[in-house]
Amino acid sequence: MSNVPSDLQYTKTHEWVRTLPDGTVEIGITDHAQQELGDLVFVEVPEGGRAVKLGEACAVVESVKAASDVYSPIEGEVTQGNPALAAEPEAVNTDPYGKGWLMRARLAKGAATAQLMSADDYRKLLQTEGH
Amino acid sequence: MAFIPHTPADVEAMLAAIGVSSVEQLFDEIPAALRVKSLDGVPPALSEMQIGRLMSERASCDGRPLCFIGAGAYEHHIPAAVWAITTRGEFYSAYTPYQAEASQGTLQLIYEYQTMMASLTGMEVSNASLYDGASAVAEASLMSVRSNRKSKSLRILVPRSVNPQYRRVAAATAGNQGLRFEDVPYSAESGITALEALRKFEGEDITAIVIQQPNFFGRLEDVDTLTDWAHARGIFVIAVVNPTSLALLKPPGEWGTGAKGADIAVGEGQPLGVPLSSGGPYFGFMSTRMEYVRQMPGRIVGRTVDLAGREGFTLTLQAREQHIRRAKATSNICTNQGLLMTAATIYMSLMGPVGLERTATASHARTRDLIAGLTSVKGVRGAFSGPFFHESVVLFDRPVAPILSSLASRGILGGFDLSELYPELGHALLVCATETKTQSDIDRYVAALSEAATAARAA
Repeated sequence: MSNVPSDLQYTKTHEWVRTLPDGTVEIGITDHAQQELGDLVFVEVPEGGRAVKLGEACAVVESVKAASDVYSPIEGEVTQGNPALAAEPEAVNTDPYGKGWLMRARLAKGAATAQLMSADDYRKLLQTEGH
Repeated sequence: MAFIPHTPADVEAMLAAIGVSSVEQLFDEIPAALRVKSLDGVPPALSEMQIGRLMSERASCDGRPLCFIGAGAYEHHIPAAVWAITTRGEFYSAYTPYQAEASQGTLQLIYEYQTMMASLTGMEVSNASLYDGASAVAEASLMSVRSNRKSKSLRILVPRSVNPQYRRVAAATAGNQGLRFEDVPYSAESGITALEALRKFEGEDITAIVIQQPNFFGRLEDVDTLTDWAHARGIFVIAVVNPTSLALLKPPGEWGTGAKGADIAVGEGQPLGVPLSSGGPYFGFMSTRMEYVRQMPGRIVGRTVDLAGREGFTLTLQAREQHIRRAKATSNICTNQGLLMTAATIYMSLMGPVGLERTATASHARTRDLIAGLTSVKGVRGAFSGPFFHESVVLFDRPVAPILSSLASRGILGGFDLSELYPELGHALLVCATETKTQSDIDRYVAALSEAATAARAA
C-alpha cells in the first residue's frame, strides 16, 4: 500500500493538494502515481503567473517509458513551479509529498478545495483500483 | 503480382462467416454516382522491357542541359562512392527501422549523422532528419511556440528574403494551429533584412523570427545584429542555413554577440550528396540546444552501454514521439528521410571539413565569375550590393521568360525567374553556379545570353 498522508487532499487522477497557512496551495503527484510511472527523468512545471483551470494539463512528468500530463486539481493562478526539479526530477520519486512538489498556486476567487477527496476516500479509490 | 495474401478460399470463408455473398456487396453503401467505373485514359500495361525503353526515351527528352538554377536545390559533384554505399542492402531503406535496436548499424550511422550536423551547425543536438527543408521550417516554428514559454502570441516574423516555398509550407502546415506568419520587407538596395524593418514590432509579443543565411537571393544577412535584436526582446531565433555554406560562414550556434546563438537551426540537406532529381526526394535537418531537446520533433539516436558494458546505440527521448505521446507528440509528421540522410552522412565522411570548404569556396568563386560575365552583357546588371554566397540576382532591361526560353533552346537552364514571386524587382533572374561549372561553361552561358539579347533587341 502506498503512502497517503492524512493531512492532504487528493484527486482521482492522483494529484495531491496541500493548503498552506496563507491559503495558497501546493500541488504534486501521489506516492502511488510515482510508483506507477517509475523513475522520472524529466519534469516540466508551469511558469509563475500562468492561469490554470480545474482539470487543465499543467505539468508533464516523463519516465523512461512514458510522458504523462498532470492535471490541475484547482482553478487559480500558478505562483511558482518547483525550480529544483529541472536538475533533480527524481525528487518526485523519492519524496513525492515533500521536495517533489510540482507547483504552488493561488486559488481563483470563489474557487475551493472542498470538492477534492479526503485521504480516506483516496485510499478507498486505490483499493478499488486493485492496489 | 497480387499484393493481397488471401487466397480465394480465404476470401470465401470470411464472406460466409459474415453472411455476405461478395466483396462487392461490402461497398453497397457507396452511392453509384460516387463510384469510379473504369480508369479512363490509362493505357494498357507494359512489360518491364517496354516500360524501360519508354522511360529512357522520355529521360533523353530532357537532354543534358547546363544548369544555373539554384533557388533552394543545388547541383554539386557527388562522389560515386556515396550512392554505391548508400544503396547497399544493409542501408537501403527510407525509414528508421521500427524494431530499432535490432539495427545497430543503422542507428550508429544516424548517430554519426547527428554528430556531424550538430558540429556543422554549431548546435548541441540534432535529430535524425526531417522530411525536407520547407517542412523543417514549419516544424521549427511549431517548436519555437512550445519552447519559448514566455511568449503567448504565436507570432512568427518571416522576412520576405526567406525562400517563398518555405514560407508557404510553414503557413500551410502551422497556420491551422494558430501560428501567424508575418512578413518583414527586405532592403531594396542590399536584398537583406534591415534592422529598421523590425522597428515596427518593437514592444510587441513575438514568438520567433526566421533568419535564412544565405537568404533566398543568395545574400548574406547580418545574422549577428538580427540575432542580438531578437534575443534582447525574448524572441526565438530560427536559423535556416545552407549546409555547404557552413564550411565558410559562422554556424548558427555562434550567431550574435551573446552567449547563445540561434535557438533552432534547420535547412535543406539536399546539397550534401543528394541529386537534383527534378525536385526530390530531399531531406530536412534540425538541430538545437540541449535545453530545448524535449521540444524537438523527430527521432533521436543516443549512445549507451549494454549490461556487459559494451557500446550500443538506441532511440532516445522517445517520450516526445507520437507512438508514446499520441496527439500531444512534438510532431506527427516526423518522417525521417533515412536513405537521403545515409547518403549525406557518407558524403560528409568522404568530403571531410576540408572537402566541404573547398566545395563552398569553389562555388562562391564560380558565382563571382558568373555574375561578372553576365553583367558584362549589355542590358544586364546586378540587383543588390553586398556579399553573396553561390547565388545572386541579376536584372534585365526586358522580360526574363523569353530570354530563358531562348537559352533553353541552346541547352542552358539560365536561372530562376523571380518576376512572379517578387514583381517589385522588375525583370529579375536568380542565378547560381557551383563547383560543377567551369569557366568554359560560364563563357558559353554569357555568349548565349549576348546572342539572345541581341536577337531580342533586333526583334
